[in-house]
Amino acid sequence: MNSSMSMQNMIEAKGLTKKYADFVAVDGIDFVVKRGEAFGLLGPNGAGKSTTMKMIASVSKRTGGELTILGKDPNKYGPEIRAHLGVVPQQDNLDRELKVHENLFSYGRFFGLSRKFLKGKVEELLEFAQLTEKRNSKAEELSGGMKRRLTIARGLVNEPEILMLDEPTTGLDPQARHILWDRLFRLKEQGVTLVITTHYMDEAEQLCDRLIVMDKGKIMAEGSPANLIREYSSKEVLEVRFGSSRNAEVAEQLKGIGDRIEILPDRILIYSENGEADLRTILTRGLDPVTSLVRRSSLEDVFLRLTGRTLVE
Amino acid sequence: MSLINASVDSAIAIAERRRNKLGSSVYSGRSSVVLERGFMALKTSNWIIVASGFVEPVLYLLAFGFGIGQLVGAVSGSNGQQISYAAFIAPALLATSAMNGAIYDSTWNVFFKMHFAKLYQTMLSTSLGPLDVAIGEISWALLRGLVYSLGFMTVMAALGLITSWWAILAIPGAVLIAFGFASVGMGITSYLKNLHQMNWINFFMLPMFLFSGTFYPLSIYPDWLQAFIQAWPLWHAIQLERAFMLGNLSPEIFGHILYFVAMIVLGLVFTTKRLTALFMR
Repeated sequence: MNSSMSMQNMIEAKGLTKKYADFVAVDGIDFVVKRGEAFGLLGPNGAGKSTTMKMIASVSKRTGGELTILGKDPNKYGPEIRAHLGVVPQQDNLDRELKVHENLFSYGRFFGLSRKFLKGKVEELLEFAQLTEKRNSKAEELSGGMKRRLTIARGLVNEPEILMLDEPTTGLDPQARHILWDRLFRLKEQGVTLVITTHYMDEAEQLCDRLIVMDKGKIMAEGSPANLIREYSSKEVLEVRFGSSRNAEVAEQLKGIGDRIEILPDRILIYSENGEADLRTILTRGLDPVTSLVRRSSLEDVFLRLTGRTLVE
Repeated sequence: MSLINASVDSAIAIAERRRNKLGSSVYSGRSSVVLERGFMALKTSNWIIVASGFVEPVLYLLAFGFGIGQLVGAVSGSNGQQISYAAFIAPALLATSAMNGAIYDSTWNVFFKMHFAKLYQTMLSTSLGPLDVAIGEISWALLRGLVYSLGFMTVMAALGLITSWWAILAIPGAVLIAFGFASVGMGITSYLKNLHQMNWINFFMLPMFLFSGTFYPLSIYPDWLQAFIQAWPLWHAIQLERAFMLGNLSPEIFGHILYFVAMIVLGLVFTTKRLTALFMR
């Protein structure tokens, strides 16, 4: 891959808009996804992430603005664009009447790929998804993590340049998530461009080179996870709990501590460059939190700062 | 397309080949792969349910044709020849077999695939278009109708109810009938939102089966009722198959054929529209 290739824009959106009868799901957003990048769309449910994904996957028509995928307009070249893409939907929609290997084979046939090509490809993908031993199981007999891996493998059958993953690890246990992340890293190493939506900030931090934070159909911020945290949050966060009835009242007495204070129903967040020092200040003021915790800032804090709300409600 | 190239073609090259062709945004020319998937899934089908759909018209033939037929004696066909009662109702039951097979698959099975299995969503996330899915699934339902009819014809032949060489035309006739019902069946199903609405299909099917000139000629009805029944598809199907099976060909059959061609076209148009509206809006 030469340098001009690596700079190529895989996806370009300008003023991209999707209106349904009575509400605006995506409200004029601009972004660019470059080749080989892992690009994230972070936001709460209803932020417009999935709608944006559907427009890219050319299964939903935009109602305004511009969108090109590999230079092609999805309104004109839907089937062509879908041939470039691998799609991993939020809910597994595996073919439950078919076996594991048949799921991969029939999906490849939908693209018109030859039987001969698919014979080898299916084996390769079973291996990649660590499902070789489950090849003859029915799709519905697999565990949640296996189903998701099969869905990802299925999305790779046409050797896509862009893999679209909508909430890839929602509903999976921690171990299954880590296996999945490992598989996605491997794809990225092979040069596949990843577009990922998530409402888990740890996932976004783990997987994404760059992301946009969305809320109510708009882009609130854009950048790498580290840059976003640097720009919109402090180095550390001190979390203190005084019990839900006292939090608001105590907050008055915390004035002047840290850079900024957020009062949540169950806890108070103090954004600070030195959480331990601030905790000592609190204690010297004679306030006695039930629990306290110093942690580094996360994308959750960025989101809270930008929207005044938490991501997972 | 040569066989050697086919193995190295990428999904993109395959999709780009249709660029700028008529309807390329809804049709990729690959409805056959939808059928292929049907055959792959066939081995997991519930064979008892599949077989029961075939058996039903056979039971009617035995009970009515040979049971009640004993009381009725000979009846006159449309050109005046005397035929057994069983020979009179058999073509109607053949048409019903074609209809049943097509309707079972294009209604309940399609509804399940559409709303629970999310199969069409999966297909439409590939380079297939909605018209590929519509043609593929309708053809699949048609095949079930054809299999039922062929089975029924075998029973008819065994019972000595096939007397004319024209009866061979009843096979393409059954294809046409099954195609029409499958097409309209899938079209209607794609607009239905819940199982409650699905039950309405059965509500129309039974009276249509009983009163479309299946067991006695339409002439016993008053004119207004005859006209009403002639508006429904099964009457046309029965007339067509009766004409072929008994060898009474008249220009009227073109009207019946046209009726089914219209059903096929309308069903395809509405199914494609609806799939687009549901999964690609």
